[in-house]
Amino acid sequence: MEVLDQGVGRVFTDPDADKARAFFRKKSRALVPKVMSVKEAVEKFVHDGEYLCIGGFGANRVPMAVVHEIVRQGRKKMGFAGHTSTHDFQVLAAGKVFNRCDVAYIVGLEARGLSPNARKYMESGEVEVSEWTNYSMAVRFKAGAAGVSFYPARDVMGTDTFKYSGGKIIQCPFTGTKYVALPAIFPDVSAIHVHEADIYGNCRARGITVSDFDVARASKRLIITAERIIPNDEIRRDPSYTVIPYWCVDAVCEVPYGSYPGNMYQEYFSDEDHLREWLKVEENPEEFKKFLDKNIYNCKDHFEYIEKNGGMHKILALREKEWLFKKARD
Amino acid sequence: MADYNVMELMICTAARELEDGASIVVGTGAPNAAAMLAQKTGSPNLVILFEAGGAAPLIPEMPISVGDSRTTWKAIMASGMCEIMETCCRGLVDYTFLGGAQIDMYGNLNSTRIGPDHQKPKVRFPGSGGANDLASFCWRMLVMTPQDPKRFAEKCQFITSPGWLQGGDSRAKSGLPLGAGPYKIITNMAVMDFEPTSKRMRIMSINPGYSEKDVQDNCGFELLKAKKIVENKPPTKKELDILREQIDPYRYVIGR
Repeated sequence: MEVLDQGVGRVFTDPDADKARAFFRKKSRALVPKVMSVKEAVEKFVHDGEYLCIGGFGANRVPMAVVHEIVRQGRKKMGFAGHTSTHDFQVLAAGKVFNRCDVAYIVGLEARGLSPNARKYMESGEVEVSEWTNYSMAVRFKAGAAGVSFYPARDVMGTDTFKYSGGKIIQCPFTGTKYVALPAIFPDVSAIHVHEADIYGNCRARGITVSDFDVARASKRLIITAERIIPNDEIRRDPSYTVIPYWCVDAVCEVPYGSYPGNMYQEYFSDEDHLREWLKVEENPEEFKKFLDKNIYNCKDHFEYIEKNGGMHKILALREKEWLFKKARD
Repeated sequence: MADYNVMELMICTAARELEDGASIVVGTGAPNAAAMLAQKTGSPNLVILFEAGGAAPLIPEMPISVGDSRTTWKAIMASGMCEIMETCCRGLVDYTFLGGAQIDMYGNLNSTRIGPDHQKPKVRFPGSGGANDLASFCWRMLVMTPQDPKRFAEKCQFITSPGWLQGGDSRAKSGLPLGAGPYKIITNMAVMDFEPTSKRMRIMSINPGYSEKDVQDNCGFELLKAKKIVENKPPTKKELDILREQIDPYRYVIGR
């Protein structure tokens, strides 16, 4: 197939579908319990140098316990999928976890503003970047989930976003229309936070799914954190709610309030005061170091982090806010 | 002395562009406020979509994130990124609102970087997010932004999201879906559209209190002028009341 144009960005992951198939051929299909601690899951499945993807949407249904644990265990030189990433990116940047990044959305926290520290990291020259978009990254995961090496799309053409991507322009064999061919991503490891999972990794999630359906399937290894563990009988009672099947999953960690300080649909709203604190404290490197020690490095786990920032009282207030209860609005 | 500020003026002007029965993908902040105002004034059947998956919610208060729970509050569907973007790519979405650190005379937008070295930029911005996708797919791209000569730049240092690219038929030749592109640029001073052949930005109407010279002086490139430039209508009391009391009571977006 003739390539009409191509970007200069590096493709950080191998899009070869047959190599992915060879990996998945060996992946266990056994229905066995996979429950473990977040610490254990990160020790076992997240390694230096690998390519990482974090599910959810920045500060909504994000596996924050895993993100903190990756920083706490000092993972380095990873590749990262900067796809819809906001607070997750901010925390990983604080730990200098990655040195290459597929960029769709980074350094910002949407309406809350930009992260001074993440910005500094991305302006330092320490991180190699390729440019993409939220949809083109979603398509790349979709190609991975489909077990093919690329998918065509109609965005990015004509722009510098394309020029600095690793995409290639091709022509449709049926109509002659130009398309950008987007290479599949098969992440080495991903983490996704869901509402409910059974001990084998069958997952239910409510609200928006973002790209998690495809991220889960394209990933070679997958860590699930769940608000709660439910019986396998409940999964089998109505399988129409299952969004991720157990054979995609390597670890299941029960982490109530696991998206904190992010939002969790119909559970709790984001802790805007604490997210503002993150942005503010980053302006002063010394204060920021103390802040990271307090909130990540000197925390045993996610619960200690929540306890240090208001504990159950805070969580209850965020639950009221999520449901727009009158008290929370007064 | 007018009893509204520039943000209120831009939001009210933008809301009037969104006709009843149309569909739109919005972000947080001012675009969201404009879409909510349109729903509460002349366009109750405006379909509001969010790129993370929220579809046609009854938005109870301004979202902080395009993926937070407000974007699916009493919605008709909680879907995902591909669902929303592909609805746009199929041609079902009429409008989107975008912005950036720089905009050029063809409506191209920069939200990626300032400085020549891509791997070590002087200033790093978030990048496309969903902006390039929405600018590529939605029929009419709207921009709402305060006007100054730095932002309205002769040349974007990086074209993150497509406007009319290099003007003329360059966008049609690029491979992007035909017929979609920048539609109107709404600023504190004026509303601009694009001359149909050259695709260059042109002044079509001016806000009360500003002159053509003000608009040109606050723009880094030469603006074309429509044959007849009219004065925009200021916000009505009804629009301002709804905006201040129902949409943004804490004045997060419209400010003090």
